Amino acid sequence: MSKKRIIVVGNGMVGHNFINTLATSDHASEFEIITFSEEPRLAYDRVQLSKYFSGATAADLAMTTPDEYDELGVTYIVSDKVVDIDADNKTIKTASGRVEGYDKLILATGSYPFVPPIPGKDQEHCLVYRTIEDLEDISASAKVSKTGVVVGGGLLGLEAANALREAGLDTHVVEFAPRLMAVQLDEGGGKLLRSKIEGLGVSVHTEKNTKEIVAGEECRYRMNFADGSHLETDMILFSAGIRPQDELAREFGIDMGPRGGIVVNDYLQTSDENIYAIGECALWDNKIYGLVAPGYQMAKVAADHITSTLITLDTPKLAFQGADMSTKLKLLGVDVASIGDAHAHTAGAQSYIFNDDVAEVYKRLVVSADGKKLLGAVLVGEAEAYGTLLQLMLNDMDIPGNPASLILPAMDGAEPVGLGVSSLPDTAQICSCFDVTKGDISGAVQGGCCTMGDLKDATKASTGCGGCTALVKQVMDAELESMGVEVNNDLCEHFAYTRAELADIVRIKGYTSFKDVVEGHGKGHGCEICKPTIGSILASFENEYVLKDELMPLQDTNDIFLGNMQKDGTYSIVPRVAGGEITPDGLIALGVIGKEYDLYTKITGGQRIDLFGAQLHELPEIWKKLIDAGFETGHAYGKSLRTVKSCVGSTWCRYGVLDSVSMAVALEHRYKGLRAPHKIKFGVSGCTRECAEAQSKDIGVIATEKGWNLYVCGNGGMRPRHADLFATELDDETLVKYIDRVLMFYVRTGERLQRTSVWMENLEGGLDYLREVVIENKLGICDELEDQMTKVVGTYQCEWKTTVESPEKLKRFAHYINADQEDSNLLYVRERGQRRPATEEERITLVNVTEGQK
Amino acid sequence: MTTWTNVCPLTDLVPDTGVCALVEGKQVAVFRFGTGETIYAISNFDPFGKANVLSRGITGSIGERPVVASPLYKQHFDLSTGECLEDADVSVEHFPVRIDNGVVQVSASA
Repeated sequence: MSKKRIIVVGNGMVGHNFINTLATSDHASEFEIITFSEEPRLAYDRVQLSKYFSGATAADLAMTTPDEYDELGVTYIVSDKVVDIDADNKTIKTASGRVEGYDKLILATGSYPFVPPIPGKDQEHCLVYRTIEDLEDISASAKVSKTGVVVGGGLLGLEAANALREAGLDTHVVEFAPRLMAVQLDEGGGKLLRSKIEGLGVSVHTEKNTKEIVAGEECRYRMNFADGSHLETDMILFSAGIRPQDELAREFGIDMGPRGGIVVNDYLQTSDENIYAIGECALWDNKIYGLVAPGYQMAKVAADHITSTLITLDTPKLAFQGADMSTKLKLLGVDVASIGDAHAHTAGAQSYIFNDDVAEVYKRLVVSADGKKLLGAVLVGEAEAYGTLLQLMLNDMDIPGNPASLILPAMDGAEPVGLGVSSLPDTAQICSCFDVTKGDISGAVQGGCCTMGDLKDATKASTGCGGCTALVKQVMDAELESMGVEVNNDLCEHFAYTRAELADIVRIKGYTSFKDVVEGHGKGHGCEICKPTIGSILASFENEYVLKDELMPLQDTNDIFLGNMQKDGTYSIVPRVAGGEITPDGLIALGVIGKEYDLYTKITGGQRIDLFGAQLHELPEIWKKLIDAGFETGHAYGKSLRTVKSCVGSTWCRYGVLDSVSMAVALEHRYKGLRAPHKIKFGVSGCTRECAEAQSKDIGVIATEKGWNLYVCGNGGMRPRHADLFATELDDETLVKYIDRVLMFYVRTGERLQRTSVWMENLEGGLDYLREVVIENKLGICDELEDQMTKVVGTYQCEWKTTVESPEKLKRFAHYINADQEDSNLLYVRERGQRRPATEEERITLVNVTEGQK
Repeated sequence: MTTWTNVCPLTDLVPDTGVCALVEGKQVAVFRFGTGETIYAISNFDPFGKANVLSRGITGSIGERPVVASPLYKQHFDLSTGECLEDADVSVEHFPVRIDNGVVQVSASA
């Protein structure tokens, strides 16, 4: 059977979601998918568009890549607009003249910004806010402007205002209605939002009808309003709503709504059964859905319908039944949520209102006439109850207890009234971005997921807007509990605390030994879990010599002999090669030493050299030689800074813009020896080509022409995670300051053996919270964090240098305390010119030629 | 008759750590448990990792039992009996110890 051809017009978030659904389904091989976009790039995250101004690049916003589409077998054509549909012959034609046939055509053309017909609206610095290209225009305009006006005080308008504010403009919002976000918020909510936004320095002008835009006196333009007032500005951004991008369908005789929008049925089919419309261009039941979650829902239904009609010939399993338009977001740093019937339009609806002018919190609950069901809500200033309230409404559940308690702050010690997640039905949708139900999450937990990170990987839940994170965690914990998994975060049987709690205890009490900690806060003699954990915490804060008598018993397998134990009990040795920069003499010295002790030699992933197979008694001799040759310990054995990988940067490379090697060397020397919950890796790249792969490191630094971009919490290895862009265009000093703070905050709050990637995923509030702590000093601890780092940096010692100078310590570096012999159990064979431990089978044949072991 | 082999002066044993001693051809892991005179001796051979490394493990307690965790794969061995806590079928040899004039001694002749 030949493949069915599916053409998707428009590669926005919804179009991409549709393609992804089809191309990863069980029937993917039976489809040939072609997608066209008039924009020059593939789908990107428009919801996060304003992040472009806080440093995110087009690549950061991208939802897919050409490589990914190639892999899925999806053909993509960008910068070419579909201009003609021949429904009879089932073909389309593009602006460039390309003609393609289809079995099913999907219109996912989205919407365009509505610009009111105001005289003077078409001038150079009058812009809209929709695409990355728009953002580039806004950026360019902002550079030559001091004042900016956003026309439209809705959700997008306020996002746009944030963008202008971030660009450093004196920002105004002009709204036609009497309040901000008139669709989602009631009067009280709108009022508080306005006061909060004005507090941030954004001027809000409501009930303003712009009559014309003329030349200004002080600024570039002057906006004259119908009430006779005016406002001067250098640029104007229109965000006065969206209109469905439906011209293609309109021209070719497909049924349209009276005010635009492509009419679709419950399967998203238009008046031509082979043509579907999904997303913001589709009109279902006379409604346009301007949010991404309903668009994804439509994509899912359409994919299901196409698969059933073309491939399986079954009855379609899904139908579109409308979507909830509740929303929760952070606008200019203010939490805002709107649920269901926020305006109490339902007959007989009653309201509960909580207003706290001091804390700047407004909450309104709209309930049914009998007070039993929740119909809607408005939350401004604090929106933690969003998840609970939304579930109550969506699942038509009875309100537990007194409705007022749902929005009243918890009084002295009383548990906040929530809804037990156990009362939710399995069908309850928890993550609306990816349509993940409670049942899906429970299933994933039963399948083995027991951390938020696992769950995000398995279900995608809470990887979109993140609004459901708290609820997802509750469902996960409840499921774990019901499976009999006690959600116990105790470190081990000796301490009823987490590592982070123990770190606080040690820091606040000023403990310097395991004995003090276990006697004060634990029990028993400790174990291989708590001893190294506390050893690491003590090292992080006190940074004493780790083999000091009191500290030595706390050191894990590798730390206790300052080497990496291999399978046969011998060690590998990794001298520090800061930034991966090594002289020929250094290489020769390593070669000579490696040869003398017949060490197996391999280059590591961190741009260093690993020497394997050293026996305990050989370690000090080898290290004496290494130290004489100018090397120091590389801490490859520690849960500590490992390496700072670098590319060659501007000193040699034709493309480098900053000196990445000098920065890498400086960073490595600054943080070497820092003990942490787990190992830490850095990367520094000299330009955006990113040859040092910094975005897969715990701390990644990438040079730009305007300074360093700092990425945090990336990981390669077992579960790769792309690092998050944390701050941009930093000078050297600020870069180091931020890294000091991030690392020390991780050291304080990370769990045992938790890499920064997982730490970030489990950090409540995520990247935004980390920025608040590190950049905005929300917790007021930045000075403390820096002081702590200064102490660690100032007390660095090469542990091997200290050790080889101490005869007492050297006594332990012998296989036998009472004999000079070596371990007779070691057996090697040669492979590719070097030695390696013998395998079990090889040992059997070799054992006859050795002596000793009885 | 029990023969005793000298290991080292008690003062050479850092509290809560172990060393390996050669006792009548056998590799013996000798541990000082706490800061006092409590000494344990078990075989140095880790039956899981198949390497002579147990003396390099971290000591501690599981419940009331004094244990060492293998430095390779972290199985626990009871220091007083040699039993593996994770696998009842596995145990390592344990040896009598004593302190004679401040010197730790082990016997492997039994």
